[in-house]
Amino acid sequence: MSDADAGEQTPDLSPVLAAVLQGLEGRVLSYHSQHGDDTIVVAASDRLEVAAWLKHHDTLQFDMLMDTTAVDWIEEEPRFEIVDHFFSTVAHHRLRMKCRVDEDDAIAPSLCALYGAANWMEREVYDMYGISFDAHPDLRRILLYPQFQGFPLRKDYDKLQSWPLFEERYEGVRETSKIIHPNPGELEPSHEP
Amino acid sequence: MNLEQALEKLSLPRLPYDQGGTFVDTSEEGVRMRRIFTKDAPADAVDDRMLINIGPSHPAMHGTIRMVVELDGEMIVGLDVIPGYLHRGFEKECENHTYHQGIPYTDRLNYCSPLINNFAWVETVEKLFSVDVPRRTHLCRMYLAELSRITDHLTAIAAGFMELGAMTPMLWMIEVRDWYWEHLNHLTGARMTQSYARVGGAARDMWDSWLDRAMEIHEKEMIRVLKDVHALVDTNRIFIDRMRGVGVVKQEDAISYGVTGPVLRSTGVGLDCRKYTPYNLYDEVDFDVPIGKYGDNFDRYFVRMREMEESFKICRQLDPMIRATTGDAWRLEDTRMTLPPKEEVYSNIQALMNHFKLIMEGPRPPKGEAYHAVEGANGELGFYIVSDGTGMPYKARCRPPSFINMGSIHLQLLGSQVADIVPIFGQINMIGGECDR
Repeated sequence: MSDADAGEQTPDLSPVLAAVLQGLEGRVLSYHSQHGDDTIVVAASDRLEVAAWLKHHDTLQFDMLMDTTAVDWIEEEPRFEIVDHFFSTVAHHRLRMKCRVDEDDAIAPSLCALYGAANWMEREVYDMYGISFDAHPDLRRILLYPQFQGFPLRKDYDKLQSWPLFEERYEGVRETSKIIHPNPGELEPSHEP
Repeated sequence: MNLEQALEKLSLPRLPYDQGGTFVDTSEEGVRMRRIFTKDAPADAVDDRMLINIGPSHPAMHGTIRMVVELDGEMIVGLDVIPGYLHRGFEKECENHTYHQGIPYTDRLNYCSPLINNFAWVETVEKLFSVDVPRRTHLCRMYLAELSRITDHLTAIAAGFMELGAMTPMLWMIEVRDWYWEHLNHLTGARMTQSYARVGGAARDMWDSWLDRAMEIHEKEMIRVLKDVHALVDTNRIFIDRMRGVGVVKQEDAISYGVTGPVLRSTGVGLDCRKYTPYNLYDEVDFDVPIGKYGDNFDRYFVRMREMEESFKICRQLDPMIRATTGDAWRLEDTRMTLPPKEEVYSNIQALMNHFKLIMEGPRPPKGEAYHAVEGANGELGFYIVSDGTGMPYKARCRPPSFINMGSIHLQLLGSQVADIVPIFGQINMIGGECDR
């Protein structure tokens, strides 16, 4: 669903959305409250500044970053959509913030300076979608292993391919210059019988 | 000496540096640590740090988490937590299966409380459909979710005891947990991976005598075991020494790191999705949100024990409410998502086509996106689903409480003793299936 599809902009705004739109005039590219979830769309370059504004606002107080993920809109341009869910532990309301990054320049500002939770969640987005985060202190793969190639949650990832086993070391990981990409149909067993 | 004074006397472990990595401890030990830790240590500084690998096959690491810890003597001065050994591509698989086929995958997230995962998933899909299920469905879901919460907390606390070497309370609690699981088996057909929820309802209706036995387990077995466990460990010197003042996390850090559930509540933040962003019919029942004071392991143990009592309280209130709706609709009669009755499928072409379409193509919610959060046993469990109008989610994201809680474990571990890893990790209650997905 693109932003245009979601843009059923209701005339009566929720209080949260009204406050956000008033304070961030001009920065919110579009918004909607589909199924009761207040959503704003901002430019990727504004991600950190908007989040900082949301966090330090007097009444909104979005002090918790609940979730960060991404969506791969492979047929659209820009391709990736980063989706953040904020929650306020004081006022108990939620907000979803989305921004788009292009495949060629898949980098967005990191929220690690504001929220500790962003560390692992942005690492996961990097791991699964290949989106980098500017000023992230520790951008490594997290669920997959360092030798893994490709980004599995991208829509063009071939999920039938299999991966060989690697010997795992912590530092000085054994250099494996050749990673085998077997075609589906000639999958090799991972170890010798 | 009362407990407060006793706590004053305990020397709590102090972090030698603050969040930003700046050293704040100016004591002799702190200065020594600083010289060892910083790169520009003088030549006479003895670097006796040791790098130790723990897990993933260590039983206390639940078989799925690996930690590389840097030790100075017994103290943890560096830490790298490496999850992912149980990664099985939950989100990718969901994108390639129908909404109904996603239900068994959600069982395997938190396998100690699978029903909560089930319900969270189907409620997100129902949100996409903009439908509301009948009252009886809501009540049954709440009842089963509370039972699941009890079994999850029983598992967490029992495992925590066992990892500290206390076998007796662990066996008592696991026994009761099995009473519950056996009883859930009668309703759902499986002990652990129950797959009971359906979009628009449940797999089958609940019956009154099932509730009778569930209440019997509560009143006869569970209350007794809770009392016994409290009597056995609450004032146990060894237990207090290992738990009190260990794994302290500050409130603001916990919020910044997105920590939810009993770990957050142990720091004194009374945050509970059931209370503050009510779903189902939780605003109709009366219950408290127990909170801790010191944010340490002992508080986490106590918060979990109290939460089980609150879950009983909810179950006791729900019992007459469910009985009052016996015979009412227990699922939506909506051809877009619920399967028609079997006898009609075999006798009626319309029902047969409906059945075929739902099985082969799945329910097809309209285009849109929805995030629905429930209070899982370990914290806020949320699903974010994007629908493109087909029978399979375009994007299915699980907000895993265990994973995000694990992202904050360094706050508790840095500066602790190496022996504290096991109780701290145990009280986080990391569930591998949910952490790694």
